[in-house]
Amino acid sequence: MATQHSRSAARLMISPAVLLLLGWMIVPLAMTVWFSFLNYNLLQPGPRTFAGFSNYYYFLTDPAFFTAIWNTLVLVLGVLAITTVGGVLLALLLDQPMWGQGIVRILVIAPFFVMPTVSALVWKNMFMNPVNGIFAWIAEALGLQPFDFLSQAPLFSIILIVAWQWLPFATLILLTALQSLDSEQMEAAEMDGASALARFVYITIPHLTRSITVVILIQTIFLLGVFAEILVTTNGGPGTASTNLTYLVYGQSLLQYDVGGGSAGGIVAVILANIVAIFLMRMIGKNLEN
Amino acid sequence: MGKISLKQVTKSFGDVTVIPALDLDIEDGEFVVFVGPSGCGKSTLLRLIAGLEDVSSGAIEIDGVNATEAPPSKRRLAMVFQSYALYPHMTVRKNIAFPLKMAGIAPDEQERKVQAAAKVLNLTNYLDRKPGQLSGGQRQRVAIGRAIVREPAAFLFDEPLSNLDAALRVNMRLEITELHHSLKTTMVYVTHDQVEAMTMADKIVVLNAGRIEQVGSPLDLYRSPRNLFVAGFIGSPRMNFLTGPAAAAHDATTIGVRPEHLTLSRSEGLWPGRVTVSEHLGSDTFLHVNAGDLGTLTVRADGEVDARHGDSIFLTPQTGKIHRFDANGKAIA
Repeated sequence: MATQHSRSAARLMISPAVLLLLGWMIVPLAMTVWFSFLNYNLLQPGPRTFAGFSNYYYFLTDPAFFTAIWNTLVLVLGVLAITTVGGVLLALLLDQPMWGQGIVRILVIAPFFVMPTVSALVWKNMFMNPVNGIFAWIAEALGLQPFDFLSQAPLFSIILIVAWQWLPFATLILLTALQSLDSEQMEAAEMDGASALARFVYITIPHLTRSITVVILIQTIFLLGVFAEILVTTNGGPGTASTNLTYLVYGQSLLQYDVGGGSAGGIVAVILANIVAIFLMRMIGKNLEN
Repeated sequence: MGKISLKQVTKSFGDVTVIPALDLDIEDGEFVVFVGPSGCGKSTLLRLIAGLEDVSSGAIEIDGVNATEAPPSKRRLAMVFQSYALYPHMTVRKNIAFPLKMAGIAPDEQERKVQAAAKVLNLTNYLDRKPGQLSGGQRQRVAIGRAIVREPAAFLFDEPLSNLDAALRVNMRLEITELHHSLKTTMVYVTHDQVEAMTMADKIVVLNAGRIEQVGSPLDLYRSPRNLFVAGFIGSPRMNFLTGPAAAAHDATTIGVRPEHLTLSRSEGLWPGRVTVSEHLGSDTFLHVNAGDLGTLTVRADGEVDARHGDSIFLTPQTGKIHRFDANGKAIA
C-alpha cells in the first residue's frame, strides 16, 4: 500500500462499507434528535408540533432520572468490580496445571454463550425465587427465612446476574494475558527473594494492567446498555429501584408512549456514554503507550 | 564465601533421567563454566543449584550448609537469565533495586547500592529508562546489576550472551571476566560456546547427556582431553579424528590431531591430499583437505598461505601432539 495509486484504490474500495456504516449510524441518530424536539405521543393524534427543549427539561427534572443515573453507575461499577477481581482470581486458578484443564476451561466460559434473557430467567425462577429457588431451599435447609432477592435487593440481584454473565469474558481475556507472562521473569523474582504475594503484586498485576483496561473498556460499553436482564426480572422495580438509564428511556417511549421524551432521554444517554468513552479511551491510550 | 558442592545429585523428569548421579565441587571465588551441546543438561544443572528445580535425589551444599530443600531466595545466589528476565514495567533503577526492596532494605541505602552498581556497569545515564528502551548489551548489564546489588555468595549465568551479536558478545565476555576479577565472587556460567568456556573459565566442566565428561582448566582440557567427546568439543576448528591403519600405526583405535598441529608442505609429508576449500581469515587460513581414505582433514595454516581449490599438498602431524584413543573412546596415556 505504498504508491499513490494503490492508496486511492484502497480508499475507493472501502468507501461503500464506510458509507453504509455511516448511514446506519447517522440516520437513526438524526431521527432521534429530530423526535426529541417534537411533541410526539403515540396516544395523542394530530400534528406533531415543535416542542423546543421541553422534552429535555421534563426528562432531566424527572426524579426517576437521577435514580436511573445512580443505578446505572452502581450497576456498571458493581459488575466491573466483581468481574475484574473474580476474573483475575479465576484466571490464576485456571492457569495452574491440572487434570481436565480443557473441559474446565470450556465450562467456565459457558455462561457467556447463554443469552441474557435466558440466563436472567434461570436466575429468577430457579435460583432467586423465594419459594422454588435453590437459594430459598438452602436457606430453609439451614433453618433460615428465605430471602426474596428480586424484591428485597433488586439492583444487587441484577448485578449478580450480569456479573455471572460477564465473568467468563474477563476470565478468558485475563487467562490469555497470564499465559503470556514470561516464566523467567517469575523465576527471576523468586531468586530476588520475592514471596508469592510480592510476585503477584509486583509482577503479575503490572503484567495484567493492559488486559484489565481492555476488559473494563469493553464491559463498560456493554454494561451501560443492560436491558434484557432488567426487563425479564424486575421490570425496573420495585418503583424505580432497579431502573437504569436504558430502561428509563424504554419506559418513557414504550410504556408511556412518549416518543419525544424517550428520544430526549436517548440523546442524553448518548452524550453521557460518550463522556465515559472519552475518559476510558484516554485511560487506555495511556496504558497502551507504556 | 561461595563454595558449592553437589553430592550424588540426580534429576529425572518422569521416566527420563536428565542427570544421572553427579558429584561436583565449586571452590570459593572460582569461575566455573558448564559447557556441552544443547540438551546435555547444563541448564538443568544450573537450575538445580539455583533451586528453581528440585533434585530427584542427592544433596546440594552451599558453604557447607545443606541447601537441598532451601527455596531459591534463601540460597544467597543470584542468577542472570538468557532472556535477561527484566521487569518490563519498571525502570532500570527499580529493576536493580527490586531484590533490595524485597529484602526490606531502607530506600536511601537501596539508592546508594543502585548508584554503585550503575557506576560499575556504566548504567548511570540509563537509570530512569525502561528495559524496552535499552539495547541488548544494556539490558544484559541491567540483569547483571540486579544480580550484584544483592552481594550474593555466587552468581549463576544461564547462557547470558547468546542473544547478543558477535561484537557485543566479545565485549561482554571481557566485562564479565573483569567483573569476576574485581568482585572475586564465585561464578557459575552455562554456555554451549566452547570459545566462551575457554576464554573465561578457571575451571571447565564438560557435560554430555547429563554426565560430567571432564573437569579441568581450559588448557588441561585442550592438552589432554580424557576422551573423544572432550577432544572433539574443545578447540576450534575441531580436532581431526583418524581411524584405521593410520591409527593402528600408533597402537590406537582412533587418533586425533588438532588442525594447528598439522604441518603443511607442497613437496613431501606423511599424508597426501587435495585442498577442497580454503578459508582465509587474514590471520590464519583454514584448509579443508581431502586426504583420500583418511577422510577430510582440517589444517590451520599461516594467513599468507596461498592454497587454492584442487592444489595437491602433504600433511604431517607434529610429534608429541597426537592424541590416542582406545576402542571405548578413552584417551590412552
